[in-house]
Amino acid sequence: MSFSISDRCVNCYACLDLCPSNAISQGVSQFHIDSLRCTECAGHFADPQCASICPVEGALLDGEGQALHPPGSLTGIPPTLRVVAMEGQPAASLLP
Amino acid sequence: MELIASTATPPTRGCKAKGCGTNDDGLAGLPASVREQVQNHPCFSEKAHHHFARMHVAVAPACNIQCHYCNRKYDCSNESRPGVVSEVLTPDQAIRKVKAVAAAIPQMTVLGIAGPGDPLANPERTFETFRRLSEETPDIKLCVSTNGLRLPEFADEIARYNIQHVTITINCLDPEIGARIYPWIFWNHRRIRGVKAAKILIRNQLKGLEMLVERGVLVKVNSVMIPGVNDHHLAEVSRAVKERGAFLHNVMPLIAEAEHGTFYGVTGQRAPSNAELHALQESCSDSMSMMRHCRQCRADAVGMLGEDRGQEFTLDKIASQEIDYPTAMARRQRVQRAILDSLAEATPPLAAKPPPEALIAVASKGGQVVDEHFGHARHFSIYRVSAGRRAFVERRAVALYCSGASDCPEEEERLEGHLGALADCNGVLCSRIGIGPWQQLERAGIEPSSSYALEPIDQALDRFYQDLLEQGKLTTSHPQQATA
Repeated sequence: MSFSISDRCVNCYACLDLCPSNAISQGVSQFHIDSLRCTECAGHFADPQCASICPVEGALLDGEGQALHPPGSLTGIPPTLRVVAMEGQPAASLLP
Repeated sequence: MELIASTATPPTRGCKAKGCGTNDDGLAGLPASVREQVQNHPCFSEKAHHHFARMHVAVAPACNIQCHYCNRKYDCSNESRPGVVSEVLTPDQAIRKVKAVAAAIPQMTVLGIAGPGDPLANPERTFETFRRLSEETPDIKLCVSTNGLRLPEFADEIARYNIQHVTITINCLDPEIGARIYPWIFWNHRRIRGVKAAKILIRNQLKGLEMLVERGVLVKVNSVMIPGVNDHHLAEVSRAVKERGAFLHNVMPLIAEAEHGTFYGVTGQRAPSNAELHALQESCSDSMSMMRHCRQCRADAVGMLGEDRGQEFTLDKIASQEIDYPTAMARRQRVQRAILDSLAEATPPLAAKPPPEALIAVASKGGQVVDEHFGHARHFSIYRVSAGRRAFVERRAVALYCSGASDCPEEEERLEGHLGALADCNGVLCSRIGIGPWQQLERAGIEPSSSYALEPIDQALDRFYQDLLEQGKLTTSHPQQATA
């Protein structure tokens, strides 16, 4: 199976540097995974390396196209606050 | 409110305090050899930052930890906080940019790599850049900033490229606190979370610090002050890093605007007030030389501290430039020598041959004329003025203390933020000002004036500067020294 990268990628190079299969390259607007090369790090590491360092939720997708890191899983920002964050409104009132 | 807890002796404040002061250069407690090394480094020497410039090259996009004050979407050109850049450079592009800036700004003495990720999480790009610079631009001091996670691994390599200065961001020594700042780290090919992650990070930071000190590298420690998370813990951090040989501690305020989309920003974590920041810096200064003029630059900033000339040196603008570096280097040497000579001349005890400089704050609505009431100002524009010369330094925000509300706090308390924000200024220009604030400013050695209300700012600055000069209020360049 192979992972893929969505348009949420911020081009930080972290995955590219780590990939043991040289499956990752820089595309026009974001990084790209070569599905023929990606092994999800089988035989190299216990955990897939790109998935272990990617800082952006929703940027990496599994073989089924599902986000490996759903909202809140890396930043700790509760999904309910994400919309608020996008709109630039302070969210203090939503906190307990 | 008192800035620090009262003690038997009067509290040291502002430039009287250890490690601050435009006259003593903030590094008074340090050995002469260290002062020599940092005398032309704008980030370490408060005196130098008026005269020497620095630049960062953004060759290090990848990071290996997540901090709750950081958002990894870093391509916004409207932000000016650390970790934000407009374009990531290859080492080759970085070298071109450094040469272009060095030729155009001969007082640029320092090149730093500070991100936008962690330089040591990008070892090939970072060290390739340093290696080439150490060969091709040998007159430029090299610096690196890091979260410290991989420092032990790279301490030898850092020493090899003649990198004189390293900044480690250490926000805590307690992993429980760390777990509230760092949600995860990438270590040993795994993503590790929580207290376990913080423990590894802190261990490596302290070990890295010790290793660098052993190798003769000057280490500064940065800490982000996060109220309610690590604020009560930072004095202990100060002591611990001093014990291990760090020469300077820089406590910076958290930046946490909701629109930045950081964890702290969107969850409503507040930033410290100026007064809280200054109080903490005071309490840390008992154990350690403190840095107080940090401008929290972007990872691609260019120019004097507080200014960013990055737009003059974008890739498209430097692409066609051919720099004759030996010629540029000769000019740089002359310019820098002249600056150091004039600094040496201007040094007390009996300075005053060159006209003294004044730092003047201006309250203005539109930035053209002096037309804002002191109490209504939400920010002040700070200018450096000497005979016939004015330079804009920066804008400083202050909380509105005069809202007309009846629940106004005590006057002393209300003005604390203003006094903190203007502490290094000789004077402040505004259109009107109340008698209470007037007296408090005077007591703090800051001369208020509404005499030039509605005049153009440049003209008002010149005339006010003359007033201060004639009244003998500029014989020392720092107000608090004159009055303390």
